[in-house]
Amino acid sequence: MISVVTSRRAGQRVGRDGFLEVLHAEWTKFRTVRGRLIGMVVAAMLLLLFAVLTGVSSHQKGAPPVPIGPGSEPVTDSFYFVHQPVSDNGSITVSVSALKSSIPKGPGDLRPGLVPWAKAGLIIKQSTRQGSPYAAIMVTGAHGVRMQDAYVNDTAGPPGLVSGESPRRLRLDRSGDMITGYASADGAHWTKVGTARVSGLGPTPQIGVFVASPPALDGMGTAGSVSTAVFADLRVQGGRADGRWTGDQVGPRSPTFAGYPDGTSGSVTGSDGRLTVTGAGDIAPAVRETLPTGGTLREILTGTFAALIAVIVVGALFITAEYRTKMIRLTLAANPRRSRVLVAKATVLWAVTFAAGLVGAVLAAPLGERLARSNGVHLFPVSSLTELRVVCGTAALLATAAVLALSVGAIVRHSAGAVTTVLVAIVLPYILTALPFMPASAANWLARVTPGAAFAVQQTLVDYDQVASHYTPYNGYYPLAPWAGFAVLAAYAVVCLAAAAVLLDRRDA
Amino acid sequence: MKRALHAEWTKMRTVAGPLWLLLGTVAATVSLSAVAASLANCTATGCGGDTAKLALVGVYLGQAPVAILGVLVIGGEYGSGMIRTTLAAMPRRTTVLTAKAVALTGSVAVGGTVAVLGAVLAGRLVLPDAGDRALSLSDGPTLRAVFGTVLYLILIGLLSLGVAAAVRDSATGIGVVLGLLYVVPIVSQTISDPGWRRLLEKMAPMTSGLAVQATTDLGSLPIGPWAGLGVTAGWAIATLLVGGLLLRTRDA
Repeated sequence: MISVVTSRRAGQRVGRDGFLEVLHAEWTKFRTVRGRLIGMVVAAMLLLLFAVLTGVSSHQKGAPPVPIGPGSEPVTDSFYFVHQPVSDNGSITVSVSALKSSIPKGPGDLRPGLVPWAKAGLIIKQSTRQGSPYAAIMVTGAHGVRMQDAYVNDTAGPPGLVSGESPRRLRLDRSGDMITGYASADGAHWTKVGTARVSGLGPTPQIGVFVASPPALDGMGTAGSVSTAVFADLRVQGGRADGRWTGDQVGPRSPTFAGYPDGTSGSVTGSDGRLTVTGAGDIAPAVRETLPTGGTLREILTGTFAALIAVIVVGALFITAEYRTKMIRLTLAANPRRSRVLVAKATVLWAVTFAAGLVGAVLAAPLGERLARSNGVHLFPVSSLTELRVVCGTAALLATAAVLALSVGAIVRHSAGAVTTVLVAIVLPYILTALPFMPASAANWLARVTPGAAFAVQQTLVDYDQVASHYTPYNGYYPLAPWAGFAVLAAYAVVCLAAAAVLLDRRDA
Repeated sequence: MKRALHAEWTKMRTVAGPLWLLLGTVAATVSLSAVAASLANCTATGCGGDTAKLALVGVYLGQAPVAILGVLVIGGEYGSGMIRTTLAAMPRRTTVLTAKAVALTGSVAVGGTVAVLGAVLAGRLVLPDAGDRALSLSDGPTLRAVFGTVLYLILIGLLSLGVAAAVRDSATGIGVVLGLLYVVPIVSQTISDPGWRRLLEKMAPMTSGLAVQATTDLGSLPIGPWAGLGVTAGWAIATLLVGGLLLRTRDA
């Protein structure tokens, strides 16, 4: 009899006191405690403050302009070019019989294959202006023959090193905007490597041979390299050329070119039949290491790190304060379905933190970008869709971290323990990956399995197979895709929330 | 004062937290130092940098438990309501804070010395023998780095105590202190202007204080070793003063 009455009452309670009411109660609790709102305002302000600080403290005025490629991305376009102007269609052929590189700071001797992406070959380029359109076919230090154009496109040709015994013949055919590259081992049988449509070559593009030698990976950093190639049988067929070859360093002073190693310089020696060319630099998209003065959206939003600490404290206190003041007993007496209380808390906290983070990031990102640009800093370009992803992702990162702190707080029921645990889980990996001596494998592992993986949502840089660089979180390259990294944090938060709900049901409050 | 000190020492001794946090400091310092030393690129002529600083790098991590301990010494009392009993028993609030500071200094001095000497020992064992350039406490600058690092840990503890006395909550205190310590080293990496970066590193408690670990190339530091530790001491004194003032003037 009694049990029937109780169950009917319970049924009525659900109607009158549903999830919306619990949500409303939790929102009232959040809203009316001053410290929680202050914490959220502080988080948004920290995002803004550090964006302004990063913006005003960077100073690149007066530096040479960053070369920009046809796709409006920053590029490296510094190399040694032996060229002459040619109009009309035609073709150019050459035989490369040696490509040797040296890293003067490390092993100093010229050796083949030492710099994997050292390049020597044929190029047709609108002009010697940096960033102008081109197409090229080349032999490389360790990646065989390649055809490249527009700085970002790369097609593989026949593999193998070149030497005096097995020289490699290269050919570029021009027909209007269409450039076709061929390679051959004997000069009789040609293999087509690729075709590129290069618009904007102009009436008299420069054509000729080039040598480039990008910085080599050296421990945690890079070391300047220089390469020397031997060319023979350089011939231009068709087209109208004036027949005189000129040797020039393209882009000798550029933010994307560290210059020649000490004691070396670019040069060309020999006659028309046989040329020995020495060069450094690269023709490639710029990455973080080759454009060290550049800025990224991630760096503008560096305050995320500080804002995280604020929202983690608020998130943990949202439940541990109830345990401290014994308010939790009242809460649970009013809402006996305990997991619903926890879900309501998590919903309120996520929504409020997301809103605060969104306001902070929406204001901080454009303001920081504008300040940095007005100080002459080149920012790696992002599409508006990417910018939206970074801004929303930053807000979601903060909100999800706050929910993780709430869940851990509900599990350990102690504010200091909860804050410490979550800071160690999210912030410590971030600090460790930012240590300069951290090996790439360890940093990538941390950025994959810890909740700190969520910082991947702020990445805007693209890595390129044809550019050797340290693609580490320290440089802004994450092993996981943006939302995959975020999903790692979300998984931790969901698992902890579920564990907290189970424990809340099982334990006395 | 003597009785206040005895009371604070008893509180510290009879709770498990402080001991575990100090053990955490030792473990974090020694293990990070050992890992860093094993990753270092060493040749017969040395390790391409500052060996003492490399061996003591574990303090970057080991200072976090010290900061948490400093916060909990007073923040924990606010959490449990114990602070009211403490202040009822010892109405002179400045004396209470001083006694807490002294007890904290003593325990961090012991834990910090063990941690730092452990890190040096780990460095000696892991780093290849570099002949006369090996780590040795008889070397003046190395001794200064080791002694200064222990002092640095004590100052971080006191800074945390002052912050916790001001905010009266352990979670907020931990957030503020760890933010104060770690935000500037992270942020300064994104600042491309060297003048700004040096200014920030000169002012922040962690980057300035850890200048005391440098033994080579002192000219390139943003701030001198002892002057840097002085900045950290300034932070500790300032937060203790503010915390003490608020403790005197506010309700507990």
